[in-house]
Amino acid sequence: MDTAVTAKKKWWSGGHSPFNVSYGKLMMWYFLMSDAFTFGALLISYGTIRFMSTSWPDPNEVFHAFPGMGHADLPLVFVSLMTFILIMSSVTMVLAVHAGHMRDRKAVAKWMVWTIIGGIAFLSCQAWEWTHLYHSGAWWGRNPFTNVDGTIASTNFTNFFFTITGFHGLHVTSGVVLNIIILANVLKGTYEERGHYEMVEKVGLYWHFVDLVWVFVFTCFYLL
Amino acid sequence: MEHTHTGAAHEEHAHDSSTKSIWKTFWILLAITVFEVGLAFLYLEYDFMARWALNGIFVTLTIVKAFFIVAEFMHLRHEIRNLIMTILMPLLLFVWFIIAFLADGDSWKNMRKNLSPGTPAPTEHATKAPAHH
Repeated sequence: MDTAVTAKKKWWSGGHSPFNVSYGKLMMWYFLMSDAFTFGALLISYGTIRFMSTSWPDPNEVFHAFPGMGHADLPLVFVSLMTFILIMSSVTMVLAVHAGHMRDRKAVAKWMVWTIIGGIAFLSCQAWEWTHLYHSGAWWGRNPFTNVDGTIASTNFTNFFFTITGFHGLHVTSGVVLNIIILANVLKGTYEERGHYEMVEKVGLYWHFVDLVWVFVFTCFYLL
Repeated sequence: MEHTHTGAAHEEHAHDSSTKSIWKTFWILLAITVFEVGLAFLYLEYDFMARWALNGIFVTLTIVKAFFIVAEFMHLRHEIRNLIMTILMPLLLFVWFIIAFLADGDSWKNMRKNLSPGTPAPTEHATKAPAHH
């Protein structure tokens, strides 16, 4: 038995993290896992209600507008742009983390700025989409869209849409705030003094998680 | 509380100086998204396959994208097994959650359609409904 567990012993015998990461990073992972269950619960309840409905609105009928394009019928185009923006800001975040490993303060600051711009761009898109839907008569408790089969739809569709994209948008908002705080510290030289840029990695984990959730929201609300 | 020794040990193997793998991941994610959107457009135009099969493709590709984000961007693939397992194992509960809740929703729908009086009419009569109003 002793020989079989040598690798295990090495990690669990104490004196260092059995996960090979710092306390803060591990706690960020645990928080994200719990947040995954929160979003999972929201999306699964959405799925359950959709499965129990005899019919449901067609997302391509609902989300077909693009800023400045008037009444042109453009399903999926705007949300694809939003998805691209969020993936792109995830990339700039990894580049900031990468620059942090290189201890390149200027590059960290540069990529953090781009990540913040990406986050704000995404939020602006979402604000436009919400405003557009609101003016079409959609809101919590109000659903102007009919089901695919022509019957009157319940408010389940709009309630879930605004609650889940709203909860995601709230995460993006707090992510942008965290990124701004980290950027301020980078510029102040806090992490240079500390000797490592691990805080950038921690908010990076959070930021990628927000992107990850969007991948699921995108599929559940716009594709399926 | 400093963690420099774990941090340093970690950096040795995990970070070469190139950003190649980052951009590779980006292109994979972008390509999958473009493919998904393209497929959705083709379906809108030509309706060339069963809806359930299309949805199956979308869900599979979503999970592929999730894998790349977590593995590469969040770096989980390069962490040690202990961390990977402590994060991924609890998420297996989702397998049960999804099956149980969606099946429950489906059975609820069937009960409403077949058993309960005064509930929304079954789909074959649904087209008549708007005429009343």
